[in-house]
Amino acid sequence: MTTLAEIGVRLDELIARPPAPGDAGELLALGEQALEQWVIARGKEPTPDQREGFRLLALHHQGAEKDPSFNACRETCRELVYHYNLLTLQPDDPESDQHARMMGWVANHLFLFISGKLETEKLGDFCCASKPLRETVDANPVAQ
Amino acid sequence: MSDKKTESKKEKYREVAYYPGCALEGTGHAYNRSTKALGKKLGLKLKEVENWNCCGAMEVKNIDPKLQTYLSSRVMSIAANTMKMDVVMAPCNGCYHNLKKAEYDLANDDKSREVVNRLSQKAGHETYQAGQVETIHALDWVKEAIGEEGLKERVKNSLKGIKIANYYGCMYTRPRHIFPEKDQGPGSESTSRPHFMDDLLDAAGATSVDFPLKTACCGGAHTLSDSDTSTRLVANILRTAEAAGAEVIATECPTCHSGLEMHQIRAEKTLGIKTNVKIIYFTQLLGMALGLKPKQVGLHENVSDSFDFVKKKGLA
Repeated sequence: MTTLAEIGVRLDELIARPPAPGDAGELLALGEQALEQWVIARGKEPTPDQREGFRLLALHHQGAEKDPSFNACRETCRELVYHYNLLTLQPDDPESDQHARMMGWVANHLFLFISGKLETEKLGDFCCASKPLRETVDANPVAQ
Repeated sequence: MSDKKTESKKEKYREVAYYPGCALEGTGHAYNRSTKALGKKLGLKLKEVENWNCCGAMEVKNIDPKLQTYLSSRVMSIAANTMKMDVVMAPCNGCYHNLKKAEYDLANDDKSREVVNRLSQKAGHETYQAGQVETIHALDWVKEAIGEEGLKERVKNSLKGIKIANYYGCMYTRPRHIFPEKDQGPGSESTSRPHFMDDLLDAAGATSVDFPLKTACCGGAHTLSDSDTSTRLVANILRTAEAAGAEVIATECPTCHSGLEMHQIRAEKTLGIKTNVKIIYFTQLLGMALGLKPKQVGLHENVSDSFDFVKKKGLA
């Protein structure tokens, strides 16, 4: 399985190039791999299912179960799918090169969001819908 | 939307209760100043909510969500029962979100109604009842009370030639169920691809670029506890805006705005990522388009410096 660090390195390479329309499949796959890391970190098996024709969206849905704060990346996932569709369904569009560049940045945002959220997991859940940090304190006062 | 409904909102939003919230008295003061100046220029009346309190923001909501519901309900109760207003306008995404969430909870949750009723009685004010007021954002206010055509008629310094990435942040549209008026077809705001800010700034002459991170997370909630994550997320948003061709990121939330400004500086210092895109509130841009001076819209109160830019663009 691809590690989070490897995903980050590959995204950096693609963005520096920058991404071409032919990279759409790889960018989508990198997004899926980042979501798999989040699902696995929460002790679950990444789903092989699809939602609306995309495994990426099924993985996001799985990652947000019992964790509404994870929905902060819902639109980022949907933008990734949108750009994938633009690039694969209209490959001759004159804006394709720009769409590919944008898709690279969107994939990178999803990666950064997930890696940041994983880093801060021990501090409590990310974002404003988070569980209170206090819960840990109250549950384990001696350790404080 | 029917002409009758549009006309009724136009009239209804001409005078609203104004709930600035805590951020607009501190880091977001430029947003406060520019919102008031814009309203005055447009002939819209703002009556500040008397003796308002914190909406419960993130801190209270994380510890006791029902206490946050009460705090937000108190603001709406004062607007409805003391000031006899129909509409509360909150320019801050956090306040706007929390008032909408309180409205939803009071309409749908018995326990929330019970807690709010008990605390309201204890505090000695009338209990807010769901539906007494309508909470709107500053974007709804300008869009509905003036509209694109109304703005076009009033523009003195067109924003022509300015390419803008409109950044809405995460709380303006999320979660969807607390915004029942959105996603209602033509004329309504979209939760997945919001466009009200694009519509208004384009009406003032600007060109809104295709920006795929309009509602992406900026890490605002972790700006102090995990600054590095916030810096990386903000740097990505800024670089994406520049790659999309934008010279300006327009904002409509004080938390997003100050986060973008501070982490733009931090990204250069800690990650070596330099970006030049300007960060300006939409109310500042509209105000200058209507002929207000940069200082009248608080450009000097922003952390980032965009004076040379607005001068070059003929707005100063």
